[in-house]
Amino acid sequence: MANMNMIQALNSAMDVMLGRDPSVVLLGEDIGYFGGVFRATEGLQRRYGEHRVLDTPIAEGGIVAAAIGMSINGLRPVAEIQFADYIYPGFDQIASELARIRYRSAGEFHAPVTIRTPCGGGIRGGQTHSQSPEGIFTHVSGLKVIMPSNPRDAKGLLITAIEDDDPVVFFEPKRLYNGPFDGDPNKPAVPWSAHPKGEVDEGYFSVPFGKADVVRSGEAVTVITYGTMVFVALAAAAAIGVDAEVIDLRSLVPLDVETIVNSVRKTGRCVVAHEATRFSGFGAEILAIVQEECFWDLEAPIQRVAGWDTPYPHAFEWEYFPGQARVTAALKAALEAA
Amino acid sequence: MNSRSRLHLPRAPARPGEPPDFSYVELSPAGAVARPDTTARARDIAFLSTELVRVLDDGGTALGPWHPHLDPADLQIGLRHMLLTRLFDERMQRTQRSGKISFYIRSLGEEAVSVAQCMALRPGDMLFPSYRNQGLHIARGTALVDLMNQLLSNTHDMCKGRQLPVMYHSKAGNIFSISGNLATQFPQAVGWAMAAAIKGEDHLAASWIGEGSSAEADFHHALLFASVYQAPVILNVVNNQWAISTFQGYAGGEQRSFAARGPGYGIAGIRVDGNDFLAVYAVTQWAAERARTGAGPTLIELVTYRAAAHSTSDDPTRYRAKDDHEHWPLGDPIQRLKQHLIGLREWSEERHLALAQELELLVIASWKEAVSFGTMSDGPRLNADLMFEDVFKDMPAHLERQRDLMRAERG
Repeated sequence: MANMNMIQALNSAMDVMLGRDPSVVLLGEDIGYFGGVFRATEGLQRRYGEHRVLDTPIAEGGIVAAAIGMSINGLRPVAEIQFADYIYPGFDQIASELARIRYRSAGEFHAPVTIRTPCGGGIRGGQTHSQSPEGIFTHVSGLKVIMPSNPRDAKGLLITAIEDDDPVVFFEPKRLYNGPFDGDPNKPAVPWSAHPKGEVDEGYFSVPFGKADVVRSGEAVTVITYGTMVFVALAAAAAIGVDAEVIDLRSLVPLDVETIVNSVRKTGRCVVAHEATRFSGFGAEILAIVQEECFWDLEAPIQRVAGWDTPYPHAFEWEYFPGQARVTAALKAALEAA
Repeated sequence: MNSRSRLHLPRAPARPGEPPDFSYVELSPAGAVARPDTTARARDIAFLSTELVRVLDDGGTALGPWHPHLDPADLQIGLRHMLLTRLFDERMQRTQRSGKISFYIRSLGEEAVSVAQCMALRPGDMLFPSYRNQGLHIARGTALVDLMNQLLSNTHDMCKGRQLPVMYHSKAGNIFSISGNLATQFPQAVGWAMAAAIKGEDHLAASWIGEGSSAEADFHHALLFASVYQAPVILNVVNNQWAISTFQGYAGGEQRSFAARGPGYGIAGIRVDGNDFLAVYAVTQWAAERARTGAGPTLIELVTYRAAAHSTSDDPTRYRAKDDHEHWPLGDPIQRLKQHLIGLREWSEERHLALAQELELLVIASWKEAVSFGTMSDGPRLNADLMFEDVFKDMPAHLERQRDLMRAERG
């Protein structure tokens, strides 16, 4: 075991897979010689060579399309899109092509491509370096969509993604790269070295898709969340002394419905929290599932915490971010009703 | 020798610890490239896309058919705008380092691109800049304090706190809003130019991207639409050799010049010394005349060097030779115009020093005024309610509700 931040854990996952499987290749902007703008691929081109870790032109559509072509020819490409905000030029290749190649060829072709991309705000990135577009991808049939919240899961899930025979869009909440963040920007940053999930196996291991992590067991209310909001939710529940059961979904598609349903049936109350905008967000899907599966167990309306339905504003980052105040308001509403 | 097919993997000419190497840059002597008539057909002037138009020689003398014969007073204005751009950049860089602003992008070494091109265009021409074109604002007369207010996201910020620093716009100055996403403005400029032609106006549009961004599909959309409709547009690729750590070879610059994409699409392509104020001016003026007289669009490649980091978030010592810009064969645009003016006996070291001092004071005074309207940490702040405005023309009910929730959340 070694202490790793999330960047180091992701680097370790790619290192392990490049070493184990000669069909794994990495491609993306600035990822080779430079090691990536967030350093996630540092040292990997030196170790595995320029034919395994490729710098690319600044063309997200080209990166995704080339990754698809490589995968059709037997490779397992891991493409980095430098910021999730820059993924849209590649959207046609992802939504119309990558997601449907298995389906349209009746299983004769498949495209085991992993697309890694940093997402989320809290880094003063303004409208073009802060978005959480996971809901746009969960809405596309044929894509697996993953978002880890800690180094251990990041490594284990990325290894699963690379080994998976289906395409995976792997979102990395960049505010969590260096440490768990509880939503209070004025508190000193906490490093991963102070957190048990910063202890990561240096070798090969995987974390399965479709299995949520109950990060805190509780009886009073279920909080269903993922990514940046996991530690915000934990801190908010602690701040007002609520015995919340906090579920880190980790895997949005496939979704661990069983863990969600068992928890809500137990607590009878539910809050769904994500950083992405609210309207048509992934939270709406969770709400629908909970309503369908747990209607007779619910003792209060399900509450939803999300980013406001605006672009991510530079100056109002912390008014925009769904911090502890927004979560505690939702917890109280869920507990006080009925 | 291994005969298997292997990929060609472009290598930067010099990495940290290696001596700078610019032998790959193909140069033409100053004054050597012919200047075709502005009515020439694109197919007949393809040589412009591989030669390098230069006017100033190494001694600062203006030579050849592209010499624009500008009035010395105009050259002095150009020098002033370039110097102000540089001093503004230097001060804002330091301001970012001291934590007053969150982010900054300098245009060090590339000042002639924005300033000379802007001066060669008319005020009614619409500009679609990238994030390294602050010289357009300086040359069009956007007040420094307005730029600083944007950088500070303060109560006078033109973007109302919504945009990352340097993503300016000027409705009055006909300078479009900067996206932050790459190359998106290039085909938009073509659309603007198409509208000018549809409306029967003689305004043109101009847009700028880096050579790295020319890899995006939007670059190709722009060239295609410009070619199909022969729109009155000037499409500028600022080849500053680097896109963060990505060397221009990864944008396809090793096999063919960026200007040569123009003839490939059937539009004029021209390669110019981007650090030569006179050459940049002359080429832009030529392209503008073509656009206004119905001779069609022009793709200009401005060969220059990104002397500074990509942004305040970048550290180029990790991927390129240190101080390599000092070895750049096309020198520094401010030094070269200054040398030319001194040669004309229209400038002197003393006047240059005095100008620098005057502009430095202007920067300082502007900053003082800007911070009086608030900073990210002190003084008056924008009302956070503004976050919910301008998502739509009229605020829908769900945003009104979220605004009220936000107010309640903030107590």
